[in-house]
Amino acid sequence: MIDIAKLDVRFGTNHAVRGVSFRVAPGETFGLVGESGSGKSTVLRAVAGLVTEWTGRIAVDGKPLGRQRDRAFFRLVQMVFQDPYGSLHPRQTVDRILSEPLAVHGFADADARILRALEEVALPRAARFRYPHQLSGGQRQRVAIARALIADPRVLLLDEPTSALDVSVQAEVLNLLADLRAARGLTCILVSHNLAVVAHLCGRLAVMQGGRVVEELDEAALRTGRAVHPHTQDLIRLSRDLETA
Amino acid sequence: MSAPNLPGEPLVAVRNLHVDFPSATGVTQAVRGVSFAIGREKLGIVGESGSGKSVTGRALMGLLPGSATVRADVLRFGTTDILHASEREMRTLRGGRIGLILQDPKYSLNPVMTAGAQIAEALRAHSRLGRREARDAALAALEAVQIRDPRRVADAYPHELSGGMGQRVMIAMMLAPNPELLIADEPTSALDASVQAEILRLIEELVDRRGMALMLISHDLPLVSRFCDRVAVLYAGQVMEELPAADLHRATHAYTRGLLECLPSLDHKRERLATLRRDPSWLAPHA
Repeated sequence: MIDIAKLDVRFGTNHAVRGVSFRVAPGETFGLVGESGSGKSTVLRAVAGLVTEWTGRIAVDGKPLGRQRDRAFFRLVQMVFQDPYGSLHPRQTVDRILSEPLAVHGFADADARILRALEEVALPRAARFRYPHQLSGGQRQRVAIARALIADPRVLLLDEPTSALDVSVQAEVLNLLADLRAARGLTCILVSHNLAVVAHLCGRLAVMQGGRVVEELDEAALRTGRAVHPHTQDLIRLSRDLETA
Repeated sequence: MSAPNLPGEPLVAVRNLHVDFPSATGVTQAVRGVSFAIGREKLGIVGESGSGKSVTGRALMGLLPGSATVRADVLRFGTTDILHASEREMRTLRGGRIGLILQDPKYSLNPVMTAGAQIAEALRAHSRLGRREARDAALAALEAVQIRDPRRVADAYPHELSGGMGQRVMIAMMLAPNPELLIADEPTSALDASVQAEILRLIEELVDRRGMALMLISHDLPLVSRFCDRVAVLYAGQVMEELPAADLHRATHAYTRGLLECLPSLDHKRERLATLRRDPSWLAPHA
């Protein structure tokens, strides 16, 4: 579904992503982990078309992508960002936020779709005419997810979708993402620095350091600590260390 | 210069603390009867957003906005009654006897002053050092937080420092006047996991070596219990449970258990994460 080969991203003299390649099969959730500055979010933003200074190959659903993305691309691919405070327009109601993708893609049944989208992410109907500041952090992230899914994309890009949330809210959002993925057969890329979150949602993952993928492994190898690269082993050790209470 | 403490009494005593904020719909009770004491030890205050954990820390430093109403049977640091202390007395506490580290060094450091100048300024505010002495003491403070090249960091502006380095500068600044209590409010939430562990280990080591008290405020229950002696779990402005950090896995309160169970784990695969069922009885005011 997603095929990335020899992806390079340079911002001026900063070589942020260096020769990254991986494939994600339809219906699969692929994890990208690494520390800040490792280039994991930049890879995601290059796929989403938010970063234009890239070279290499990015193909989604068999079609190689150029720098400019057309409307059909955004029907196919949507993104959820880390901070639901920053990614929702503060002066727009939830109704307006959810209407926009529908208007862009020319859906006729906007009203029914908005109601269904709210139901799907378990938001009360009353939330429809609220502003983002009137909602809790978890509710805002639900709105961001509803907005991403309202035009029925097949690929969802998730950039640290729960790291700004309380752990109890994180559990609800992770369960919601798992349910939606199963119900819609979504293909996802999840960027996170939290290995436990990645292991929970992803079947396979790549570990990035200094712009390179240093290791690709599956969930079982991650959980049992069968990692080869020292950086992956470091990350696993650290995660265990902080997890054991 | 160390001001007197009550012999045989803990450094910090908080009994039945209430903090109210006026809101559009009446009064928001942010803290509702919190009690705890801190001696020369590390106390973790854990809770979700809105639980009142940061407000509790700020009440102790007298840093709440004027609109807040603070009431308590006891709110004491050393021999100072914080509710009745003059602004002058509070200034000797703030930054002098109590240090405060906040989440993001990007916002807590002054962007137009070099790191060294800020530390020197903080030192001069609490002691009679000359410029030159303060500058040397600032370098020593940077060295104490294990910065390898203190001269370079002293001459750097905050935007030239990484998040981890910025937080080290913040710790250096707060520890330079030798406080007796360090309040760290989500000191590592803006940092990477590896840097997070480094910074917490650094705080732990410095606090232990100097025999200070630490109040570590965080939403991360496992993390806090790893670095503290005791943990108080806050929910809706009240302490649900206080227990030794080592006994966290034996927590009895349903809220504490719920917080632990909803975490995804690397070791144990869970098909579905448990979600927290909030029992309305947790909101009832404690006797």
